[in-house]
Amino acid sequence: MAYCFIAIFVAMIGYIVYFQVFKAEDIINNSYNKRHELFASRMIRGDIVSAEGDVLATTKVSESGKETRYYPHGNMYAHAVGYCENGTTGVEEQANFSLLRTHSFIGNQIYNMLTEKKNKGDTVVTTLKSKLQSVAYNALGSFNGAVVAIDPSNGRILAMVSKPDFDPNDVKEGYEDIISNDSVLLNRATQGSYTPGSTFKIFTTLEYLKEHGSDAAYTYNCTGQISMDGTTVHCYGNEVHGQLDLEHAFAESCNCAYANMGLNLNISEFQKMTKKMLFNSALPIEYPYTKSSFSLSKDSSTASIMMGSFGQDQITVSPMHLAMVAAAIENNGMLMKPYVIDHVENDAGDIVTETEREEYRNLLSKNNAKVMQKLMEATVNYGTATALQSSKYKAAGKTGSAQVSDSSDDTHSWFVGYANRSSGKDLAIAVIVEKQGNGSRYAVPIAKKVFDAYFD
Amino acid sequence: MIEILVQVSKIIMILLLCLYTIECFTVMTRKDAEVREQIINRQRKFAFMLHFLAYLIMFAVKMDIKYLVFYAVQVLIFTLFLNLYDLFYEKASPLVVNNMVLLLMIGLIMLTRLNFEHAIRQFVFIVAAIVLCVLVPLIIHKLTFLDKLTWVYAAVGILALLVVFATATVTGGAKLSIDLGPVSIQPSEFVKITYVFFVACMLYKNTEFKQVLITTAVAATHVLILVASRDLGGALILFVAYMVMTFVATKDIRYFLIIFAGGCLASVMAYFLFSHVQIRVANWLDPFSDITGTGLQLSQSLFAIGTGGWLGLGLFQGMPKSIPVVESDFIFSAISEEMGLIFALSMLLVCISCFIMFLNIALQIKNQFYKLIALGLGCVYGFQVFLMVGGVTKFIPSTGVTLPLISYGGSSIVSTVIIFSIIEGLYILREDEGEFFAKKRRKTREKAQKGRKEKEQ
Repeated sequence: MAYCFIAIFVAMIGYIVYFQVFKAEDIINNSYNKRHELFASRMIRGDIVSAEGDVLATTKVSESGKETRYYPHGNMYAHAVGYCENGTTGVEEQANFSLLRTHSFIGNQIYNMLTEKKNKGDTVVTTLKSKLQSVAYNALGSFNGAVVAIDPSNGRILAMVSKPDFDPNDVKEGYEDIISNDSVLLNRATQGSYTPGSTFKIFTTLEYLKEHGSDAAYTYNCTGQISMDGTTVHCYGNEVHGQLDLEHAFAESCNCAYANMGLNLNISEFQKMTKKMLFNSALPIEYPYTKSSFSLSKDSSTASIMMGSFGQDQITVSPMHLAMVAAAIENNGMLMKPYVIDHVENDAGDIVTETEREEYRNLLSKNNAKVMQKLMEATVNYGTATALQSSKYKAAGKTGSAQVSDSSDDTHSWFVGYANRSSGKDLAIAVIVEKQGNGSRYAVPIAKKVFDAYFD
Repeated sequence: MIEILVQVSKIIMILLLCLYTIECFTVMTRKDAEVREQIINRQRKFAFMLHFLAYLIMFAVKMDIKYLVFYAVQVLIFTLFLNLYDLFYEKASPLVVNNMVLLLMIGLIMLTRLNFEHAIRQFVFIVAAIVLCVLVPLIIHKLTFLDKLTWVYAAVGILALLVVFATATVTGGAKLSIDLGPVSIQPSEFVKITYVFFVACMLYKNTEFKQVLITTAVAATHVLILVASRDLGGALILFVAYMVMTFVATKDIRYFLIIFAGGCLASVMAYFLFSHVQIRVANWLDPFSDITGTGLQLSQSLFAIGTGGWLGLGLFQGMPKSIPVVESDFIFSAISEEMGLIFALSMLLVCISCFIMFLNIALQIKNQFYKLIALGLGCVYGFQVFLMVGGVTKFIPSTGVTLPLISYGGSSIVSTVIIFSIIEGLYILREDEGEFFAKKRRKTREKAQKGRKEKEQ
């Protein structure tokens, strides 16, 4: 009896030790932990740097001891790195507690205590690549939209841009001005909720493969339009594609073929498949995000099914989600959990904590991933993204022109895809340019600039 | 400079408590009376040094003379108590006394830091309890009819619980206390004792099926009233004590299994019947999903323990007051935050050593009645510590019980000191028993010798 009691006590102590060693770090970083404010008043907030060591955020201390958070790159990292006044966002939020604690040599700490100087918090090293971020930022130019680039083999977020943007240096003083603008604080890369347009054909294709097997022969004769139950669908720009197989239908982005394909799909199964592909479900990322939504159900009207099959209807996605899907396809089905904090180091450069690369799960089977790779390569070889052909890398993907209203210039331009080199270097990307029109014309060139910079 | 003092003393306090804790366990293995006495004296030095450092820090941080005055009064009372106890009760277990004083000191340190007025109030109760503490072993010793009062215990216990159930207002989700003007008492703290006495009375001579059945019915009445008053922690403690006592009294594993199965069934039923039980379980599984509502306490407790880390933030350096009712139900988290997890775990080990001492006397004492009493009180104490610490660290769902001798609360302090005193009383009785048996042995030996001599002649 006595041993029973002792055993539960031992188990409890073991649990508490386990909690402190493995769990506590994550738990105490919660923004509801009021002790952050306490630490903030006793410490100088640590630096945030890019993968190359370029300073993205630092704290300047004036002679009078006044502390100011300074972001040397201004708007460029506004959403990825975030800010820490008037709330915390981005890396500033995710690494808040690491920035407020020091693992500096104990002698330094005692020296600072004796001289009544504040200690400086640890440095957070991100996965963001300065060069890639600046290329993506400049490529998006004055357009509104977002660019996300991740390394498919490990989930590292290499670039994340969202526009319209703001200068995080102004958040403290000019917060009212900033929030009076058109939702500039929204990180469109993860919180944007966009109609996917033709990029959604990736999922319709996957459902078709699921129902008919990965070697199924699909044929369709495109006459430029298809009608069913009073709904008529046209191909983009009223193009007529003629006789098509699956690869050509995908590469040339034939709406009629996909409306036809959708009409023959089992919508309940389609729902299950999209759920597995992270629609209507939580994303394994630390940034705040909006869930992607798949709107079709077995009760949907014929019109909804036809439109939904090429990504119209009420379907919405976030750019981050599509980048993750592209990464999983490139990585033969396995999604690596995306992360932005590479490691935390003390002032001597010794690593305090390090993020381990982590498999999230297989989003699709290896077979289907191979088929999708072939289809997405066809898009670049002869389809809607031929501009991405390069001698330095092999690109693949899917364009999209998502209509957000009946007016034709209200069209979002999409590119989702990846590029790799046989040496093993690879990059997955999602680009959205709001309300400019055709995917090939606006989103593809941005993707190209990012790929060129990465494989330079 | 003060920060250095706080940080350095923090480390020394952790070391002192670790040394104290190690001695708790080494003393159990030593047989030599002189070595034991040395260890016991060393322990007292560690405890007083720790106590001194803690108040020194608090004085240094606050620069308020009241901390020093309060400290001086405490030292006076504790020294007086220890010396008197040594004088009167030579045969008592000095380890149990040491542990009691140490735990009271730690509780006072943390309460002083959290709320000075409450610490004073707590100290008044401690003084009252200590006076009782000196008397209780005497009562145990002299009153030989304690095992005859079976139904008095049951009646007092059930009546007290019923009064609470009928009159008490709900505080913190449970009906706990009766308001008596300036003080309010929590009868359930004292019912733990009458309850253990009742079960011991019932089962120490007679363990026939009918007897066990009657005992179960009365015990279940206690437990059910507590459940109805929403005092889940109290109900669980009584239940476990009953289960263990019945098993040991009857030596029949079937009773244990049946009661255990009954308890499990009742827990499942309680889960489906009462929404507050469901909330507790939901918060245990994920306290962060309702972080500003029902999950507030537990998540703040985890923040406190996690942020404090192994060494703690130092007295007055953390934010333990961000945990609601930190002084009673969550004092473990406050201690862990400011004095460190090593300190808190060491303290837990001291509690475990008390528990072992309770079981130890239960094993050694021959008289079945007292054996059951020691066992029952041991279970009450040990299980309460487990519920408290397990609850605030998310090991088990939180049941809202106090940490005996440490948490704020007069009833809890007085009843726990009484429990410790009863155990001391039993240690003294055992020595008497020992002498009694030794005398008997001597007599038989003498007789035998006489017989042999006669034969030789």
